[in-house]
Amino acid sequence: MLSADTKPRRTSGVRADSGLLNALHALQAEHGYVPRQEAMALSRRLGVPLARIFEVLTFYSYFRLEEPGRITLSVCDGTSCHLQEGPVLLKAIQALLGIGAGEATPDGAYQLNVVRCLGCCSCSPVLMVDDKIYSQVDPADLPGILKKHPPTAPKEAN
Amino acid sequence: MIKLSVNNRDVEVPEGTSILDAAGELGIKVPTLCHFKLDDFDIENKAGSCRVCVVEVEGRPTLAPSCCTPATDGMKVKTNSVRAINARRSMLDLLLSNHPKDCLTCQRNLDCELQRLAGEMGLHQILFEGEQMEHEVDRANQSIVRDPNKCIMCRRCETACNVMQTVGILSAVDRGFDAVVMPTSKRSLDDTKCTFCGQCVQACPTGALTAVNRSYDVWRGLNHPAKFKVVQTAPAVRVALGEAFGMAPGSVSTGKMVAALRKLGFDRVFDTDFAADLTIMEETTELIGRLTSGENLPILTSCCPGWVKFFEHQFPDLINIPSTAKSPQQMFGAIAKTYYAEKAGIAPDNMLVASVMPCLAKKYEAARDEFAPNGIRDVDIVISTRELANMIKEAGIQFMDLDESDFDNPLGESTGAGVIFGATGGVLEAALRTAADWLSDEPIEDVDFTAVRGLSGIREATVTVAGKDVRVAIASGLGNARNLLEKIQKGEAEYEAIEIMACPGGCINGGGQPSIKGDTSILEKRRQALYVIDGDKAIRKSHENPSIQKLYKEFLGQPGSERAHKLLHTHYTERENA
Amino acid sequence: MSTITPLKDRDALSTWAADLKTERASGAPVVIRVSMGTCGIAAKTTPVLEALQSEIRSQQKESQIEIVQTGCMGLCHSEPTIEVYDRQTQQSIFYGNVKPEQAPTLIREESSQAFGVDVLTQNWYRPEETDADVETAQARIVLRNTGRIDPESIADYVGTQGYAALANVVTTMQPDEVTQTMIDAGLRGRGGGGFPTGVKWQFAAKQPAGEKYVICNADEGDPGAFMDRAVLEGDPHAVLEAMAISGFAIGAAQGVVYIRAEYPLAIERLELAIQQARDCGLLGTNILGSGFDFDIELKYGAGAFVCGEETALIHSIEGLRGEPIFKPPFPAVEGLWEKPTIVNNVETLANICAIMRRGAKWFRQIGTEKCPGTKVFALAGKVKRVGLVEVPMGTTLRDIIFGVGQGIANDRAFKAVQTGGPSGGCLKTEDLDTPIDYESLRALGSMMGSGGMIVMDEDDCMVNIAKYFLEFTLDESCGRCTPCRIGNKRLHEMLVKVCSGRADMRTLEKLRQLSDTIKDTSLCGLGQTSPNPVLSTLRQFRREYLDHVMNHKCTAGVCSALVRYDINERCVGCTLCARNCPVSCITGAPKEHHEIDQERCIKCGVCQQACKFHAVDKH
Repeated sequence: MLSADTKPRRTSGVRADSGLLNALHALQAEHGYVPRQEAMALSRRLGVPLARIFEVLTFYSYFRLEEPGRITLSVCDGTSCHLQEGPVLLKAIQALLGIGAGEATPDGAYQLNVVRCLGCCSCSPVLMVDDKIYSQVDPADLPGILKKHPPTAPKEAN
Repeated sequence: MIKLSVNNRDVEVPEGTSILDAAGELGIKVPTLCHFKLDDFDIENKAGSCRVCVVEVEGRPTLAPSCCTPATDGMKVKTNSVRAINARRSMLDLLLSNHPKDCLTCQRNLDCELQRLAGEMGLHQILFEGEQMEHEVDRANQSIVRDPNKCIMCRRCETACNVMQTVGILSAVDRGFDAVVMPTSKRSLDDTKCTFCGQCVQACPTGALTAVNRSYDVWRGLNHPAKFKVVQTAPAVRVALGEAFGMAPGSVSTGKMVAALRKLGFDRVFDTDFAADLTIMEETTELIGRLTSGENLPILTSCCPGWVKFFEHQFPDLINIPSTAKSPQQMFGAIAKTYYAEKAGIAPDNMLVASVMPCLAKKYEAARDEFAPNGIRDVDIVISTRELANMIKEAGIQFMDLDESDFDNPLGESTGAGVIFGATGGVLEAALRTAADWLSDEPIEDVDFTAVRGLSGIREATVTVAGKDVRVAIASGLGNARNLLEKIQKGEAEYEAIEIMACPGGCINGGGQPSIKGDTSILEKRRQALYVIDGDKAIRKSHENPSIQKLYKEFLGQPGSERAHKLLHTHYTERENA
Repeated sequence: MSTITPLKDRDALSTWAADLKTERASGAPVVIRVSMGTCGIAAKTTPVLEALQSEIRSQQKESQIEIVQTGCMGLCHSEPTIEVYDRQTQQSIFYGNVKPEQAPTLIREESSQAFGVDVLTQNWYRPEETDADVETAQARIVLRNTGRIDPESIADYVGTQGYAALANVVTTMQPDEVTQTMIDAGLRGRGGGGFPTGVKWQFAAKQPAGEKYVICNADEGDPGAFMDRAVLEGDPHAVLEAMAISGFAIGAAQGVVYIRAEYPLAIERLELAIQQARDCGLLGTNILGSGFDFDIELKYGAGAFVCGEETALIHSIEGLRGEPIFKPPFPAVEGLWEKPTIVNNVETLANICAIMRRGAKWFRQIGTEKCPGTKVFALAGKVKRVGLVEVPMGTTLRDIIFGVGQGIANDRAFKAVQTGGPSGGCLKTEDLDTPIDYESLRALGSMMGSGGMIVMDEDDCMVNIAKYFLEFTLDESCGRCTPCRIGNKRLHEMLVKVCSGRADMRTLEKLRQLSDTIKDTSLCGLGQTSPNPVLSTLRQFRREYLDHVMNHKCTAGVCSALVRYDINERCVGCTLCARNCPVSCITGAPKEHHEIDQERCIKCGVCQQACKFHAVDKH
């Protein structure tokens, strides 16, 4: 039923496509971000104007338009972690890597993200490196943690 | 019917009426900003986003945006309670806190809805100052300046661009405080499929979208000692220019306009209507050719540069169907710099051709690569009706006191068929007049093809030309054009000739015209004025224009001749649909 | 379990359930349940699971002990957690902070005491089936299966009366009876607003027959709440069954679960559950031979809190920006694809099967008169027992924080509790004995919200917490309407001023004034509630604001601009602080006095912790 795709949006004639978000998720899962060329191809495939896709991409924080760093550091900024030194942890990582939240190191090795509650409120502050969770992280632990995740070589362009 | 009270006065309205309109019934005007309605085109921007129109409704915990809250039976509304006024002022305060305060140098100075509201509300100080957006101003194209720093997220342009025109360029990007309306991928408009129709500029309440102003270039040209300065004025300008000087909508100010242009310092004041007649000669020849052979039908008109760019981007499969005839503006330039230059003994590169157009896309059109043969532009500078009005004021010319004056000849002579180019349906009617004459044994008596007239978005008719039925369709507004084209693509409709104008209503509603501020009745008045001019003309068929006949005789030969093709025809380019 | 064949009617389901019961009764006498929610896995439960499994093999106890991987048990404070359940005695012992090396003892001792393992009190929760006396702190309806059954096994669900409610509804009831039961039960939306669920259904049911939709809002976005995830990961079939029931009630054949993309485990388990339900004929066409068709598909959210708002959520499913629009029309009249649509959140749906099975009257016995039932809270912050808590409506905050949560950690003093996340407010000691429901919390300037409950102690700065929530709103505002887009930005800027000691009394007045305006003028619930954290702290903790403004002091020592670390004369130049400083802003030669570069200092306090000579002062 939902696959009957292109239908009007209520209150205006803007064309929508219910498959758009899932398609963008698939692209990001494949590339780590949504490359412009892929978005254009999707626009042609779904018959949705590129502007529609772009406005959607920039609305949802989950989607990235640029290639992220190869190792992702996610600092939890859920309420519990926020109250328990999460912001200090973030500042320490920023100082250590020399990048801001949402940025990648110039060599593309690390990506620093701030994320909402990871649901590990008993372990605050929480740092997630790729999918490995570190509990009650003290700024002094950071060099050790990073050592466990040394920079990897960039992927060959295919 | 629903009964409610607004400011303790009772009013009865049909179900579904908004509080805003119900208050309007009582003559109570609630201030609005994001709300935008074009009645005759069934277009409404009901974003409910600016919150300037909030009113107090008894029993409701929060204030109600009057533009999108339906009135209900027994509702008690207060539009001017302290609570509503405070909220309204705060909204304006917040908007201004994130808005550049360069009103004096803003293009929209004295024509800005935000500025006007601030004035009316007597906002003298901004309470909630703070960080402002910082975006680059996009000046990369010939037609539209986009300054996102002045965007108030009313989404009116978005509605114009997407819903009305279906061009699909402008949309909100990012979110929260960073949310702003931008073209696709935050590119420059130049890099998009923008048609430069300028309807977004007409919709914008602030200086976020404005027209590129070339009046200074005209001043420089006018003050050039050696140049021979020629100006052409499009049909729709003469029925709207007067509004800028307080004349009633629908007033015809041709004579004053010509006089003013002469005062500004043009050596010759010519008429695009002449070129419109010329266009009919070429286009009708093409139409008759295709009708006779039955090939490559329907023929689509090609006078409108917004429409041309639209199909180049979005309907590349139809690229061979439109007439190859250049637009009147470009035909005028080509003839002025060849035929007239030769006649007057002026070197083409020493001639300055300026245009006054109701249109912003004409600025872009004049700058297209193919319109500069041998490096000499057909048309050098294009200004809009609004820019001309401002130049007249700047020069201190008392427009209302001017004695009427006539166009110069020969490029100022025109027929009634030329002037109706300014309204939707006009080009087709002009072509039918000539086609009917050419295909019949005797000249036709009745030149009024009223079936093709009107303001509605799509009109279809079957007209009899020399005893043969010709199926025609007219679309104005690119959204309507899209609907029509899709019908043709799907094989649901068949026509022999189609006229398309990018702006709803045609050039009378162009992006360069004085703003109608949502009052579509003004368009009807402008439209009627054009037909009055037409009706008053002694000659109402393009091919009967003596100056046109002379032009062919002396210079072009026959319509569709090799020379005519070289000077008066063009080609189209497929462009990226992004 | 044997291969699944579609169940052709209601009897087939009952037979299967009965078979499962017999099967279970003759199975292993001891069941070890291992809490394998996202949080459990994060807390390294997988090695524990593997150790237990290999230990069973090496001790050859396969026939005596069965291992079940469950969703979150809610005992976040003690992950990894396991439950050892004795089928004969029906007794359980919960073990917390289990380590893989404890597996041999646990397997050897089975249900008896295992030395060296934390034993958790058993009254942590009482499953619905045991008809717990509701006086004890918790009562589990929503979480009845979460942490009890294997969420990846439909048999486990059917074995606990799963799909019995749906079977009953579609074979014996009329749609309006279902809706009436919901109205009678008085269940109110658990997503935060508290709108009566049955009434919402009735609106949609009354619309002319045709295309209609049921949406499950699983886009949990409150930064301190994770109860929906726990249910989806621990008991996905309960949500599917409830959606099918609601579809039957309103006449919809299609359901959509709009789920946060950041919940991969929940997505995986939901997808599996949907497939299993389809295979069993519990979703799809002609469910249990009743002639009722219903299917469910998943749509992924993408990180937009505002999509918790119904119209925004619908736009998002339609592939648009998740911007809310003005209501009416309400989704029940004009929703997804302009068709009648009901949107219920996960926790709301998780109540429905129990209500349909046990009746409205039973449900009304739990909770308060105006708010029957329970509420799940994600209890976090400075409380000893952080975790998922389900209590009857009307329970006092004191019972939750000091009863279930066992009070404040590290012997600090209670200062405030924040409910309702970014839409809520902070409550003080005086409010602790208020029985909580939608109205009482609203009266105190807070909100029920989706169920985040954050406990704060004296080390927390209330201005900072208001700023934190506002930062969240600022990030999540869709930007459509002026008050939320610009107003919240200005509120935040003012709070930053307060936190950095640059504000004056006028700022406080402006804060209040603008907050009131934003509440009064915003388009959707996000904006209308966004100033709540500011207003409630401003009212309840005015003194703290004044401290920041007048004395340029943050008593809790949180606001970094008002905090300063200095090295005093006790410094012996051991260099330990400099070596530990994460931003290398401490300089000094060995054996000489060290200095902190205040410009670069991030006020993390590592130097103070590292110093063995008490030479670092915090002002």
